[in-house]
Amino acid sequence: MRVVFKKSYDRDIDLHEHWQSRGKMAVLAIIMIALPFLVGNYYLAEAANTLIWALAGMGLMIAVGHTGQVSLGHAAFLAIGAYTDAALMNLGLPFLIAFPVAGLFAGLFGAIIAVPAVRMSGIYLAIATLAVFVIVEELVILLDPITGGVGGIMAPSISIFGISFDRYASLSNFYWLVLAVVILVTWAYANLLRSPTGRSFLAVRDSEVSARALGINVTRTRALAFGLSSGVTGLAGALMGHYIGFFNYELFSIFISINLLLVVTIGGLGFIQGAFLGALLITGLPQLIAILRDGLNANFGIDLGAVPGLDTMLFSVLLILFIIFEPTGLYGRWLKIRTWFEIFPLARRDMFRRQKSYLKTERMK
Amino acid sequence: MQLVIGGLANGCIYGLVALGFVLIYKASEGVNFAQGDMMMLGAFVALGLGNSDQLGLPFGLAVLIAVFLMFGVGWGVERVVVRRIFGQPQFALVILTIALGFSFRFVAGSVWGYTPLVLETPFAGTNLSAGGVVISLADLVTIGVTVALTAALWAFFAFTRIGLAAQAASQNQMAAYIVGVPVMRINALIWGVSGAVATVAGVLFATRGAIDPNIGLLGIKAFAAAVIGGLGSLPGALLGGLIIGIVEPIAGRYAPGELAIMSPYIIMLLVLVTRPGGLFSQVQAKKV
Repeated sequence: MRVVFKKSYDRDIDLHEHWQSRGKMAVLAIIMIALPFLVGNYYLAEAANTLIWALAGMGLMIAVGHTGQVSLGHAAFLAIGAYTDAALMNLGLPFLIAFPVAGLFAGLFGAIIAVPAVRMSGIYLAIATLAVFVIVEELVILLDPITGGVGGIMAPSISIFGISFDRYASLSNFYWLVLAVVILVTWAYANLLRSPTGRSFLAVRDSEVSARALGINVTRTRALAFGLSSGVTGLAGALMGHYIGFFNYELFSIFISINLLLVVTIGGLGFIQGAFLGALLITGLPQLIAILRDGLNANFGIDLGAVPGLDTMLFSVLLILFIIFEPTGLYGRWLKIRTWFEIFPLARRDMFRRQKSYLKTERMK
Repeated sequence: MQLVIGGLANGCIYGLVALGFVLIYKASEGVNFAQGDMMMLGAFVALGLGNSDQLGLPFGLAVLIAVFLMFGVGWGVERVVVRRIFGQPQFALVILTIALGFSFRFVAGSVWGYTPLVLETPFAGTNLSAGGVVISLADLVTIGVTVALTAALWAFFAFTRIGLAAQAASQNQMAAYIVGVPVMRINALIWGVSGAVATVAGVLFATRGAIDPNIGLLGIKAFAAAVIGGLGSLPGALLGGLIIGIVEPIAGRYAPGELAIMSPYIIMLLVLVTRPGGLFSQVQAKKV
């Protein structure tokens, strides 16, 4: 156990509790920056993909993990971000303008949706976002001239100040670009959480009634959180569009929404780290399955490739197991293990017992 | 008129699946997103028992056994999975049931394959015509069964002991416990019943065309129906289903196809914005 000696009130809300955790972050950042020199192109592309998923996961985390608003339609915001970015760049605007505009547009759209949607709670909000998702998907097909309709649209290659950030020609540049965006967003997110706005998100999540009693405008807070959430997801969508290169509406299916939900749930609801762990899992697991499949095929003659939908099945079983046995996700599990070691002989199982709440109707409160 | 009749029968199926949602919502205030996939599984079980190239039982018997089997599946799901997350926030159940739906789809896909199959029914292809309107027997059966089932379930909740106990359990679990309602047992029972209802819906759906493991996605549309009617109201669910069933083909006729796909959700959003509790609203103002 470490004793932290606080010499000023600011230390209470510092991002890092002590210099060691600051150091760990720095080491992680340096490794991530140096990654293009350490691994080959294939894994670098995968790393970029993971980072994009983590970005999208952070977007959803603001809504689900920190404000308690479940969204089943976040793929819609990915789509809006990707299409806005690609359409603007096809008009000849530079990436540096198109990219923020894409995020802004997705965020505004999310906020507009949110104004009626946040008045609903719990399950109704989830349904409304699902409806929005379907509507956006069909709109994409309807708005043929802008989005390319069923045929799809091409995301042009990025160049900033004459330096190429193309996904294929200069992969490491693209990777650094993604990394920079992710680091910026993570930093902003972490700081948001210690600001009054971020604290009000948590208050709204934990108890709407007490948040209102403390003078928080619940509707505005939830709309703001939802707008921010969709904005960040929109940014991720724009990057995803560049990563894929050529896409149509099918890229942003309902399964993407579910996968995003998987990222935040398995990663750990309410932790920024959770979004990263979840993204790592969701991009890493298919690779692992592929490797396993080849191994089984070569060594035992078992052909898993003949079973369609195995990935989805594995994901859903994993999700069920996590919801039942570890609702705090991977990061929550890690915290438990770490605490067990830190206070070694003193850890007790009930330290982390979940409080059960008995259900009362939402209909007649 | 032809459109309306076809829409009516379609709407009945949405309504039936929506009934399953409402059942579970009524009893445990949770939403089972796997309802559509339960419908799909029910249809496939009936197909596996009844089709001549599979087990080849008579149609009536096959449906009956399928209904009982799916009652068991619904009951088992509650016992094995849902009960474990008792007392956790609602969205845990949402995510859980979505994952369950994917598992059902995988099971059906690996047993019966992903190519569409046709269920053999005694009333396929028979048409009745009255006053220039042609009604297929399948549509007529669908409408009849739906109305009967809705009435029966409504009576169950309104008049029987178990039905009333289920409502009590949904309104305040703790209080229901204290007055001696076996909340867990009732939840399991209701899940079973909703599995059975889903099977009926699945069989009726299968009489109107081929089925494949992805028809479970129809559940989302049925969900819109349940919301339009107001979650927690059985006649509301049926009405919502009918509205969607009728609006969809009409929108498809007079507007681009994408708009027809969007129409249920647009109606749902409109209802949610104007009457957040649905048409048969049961939400009352929150008091602290």
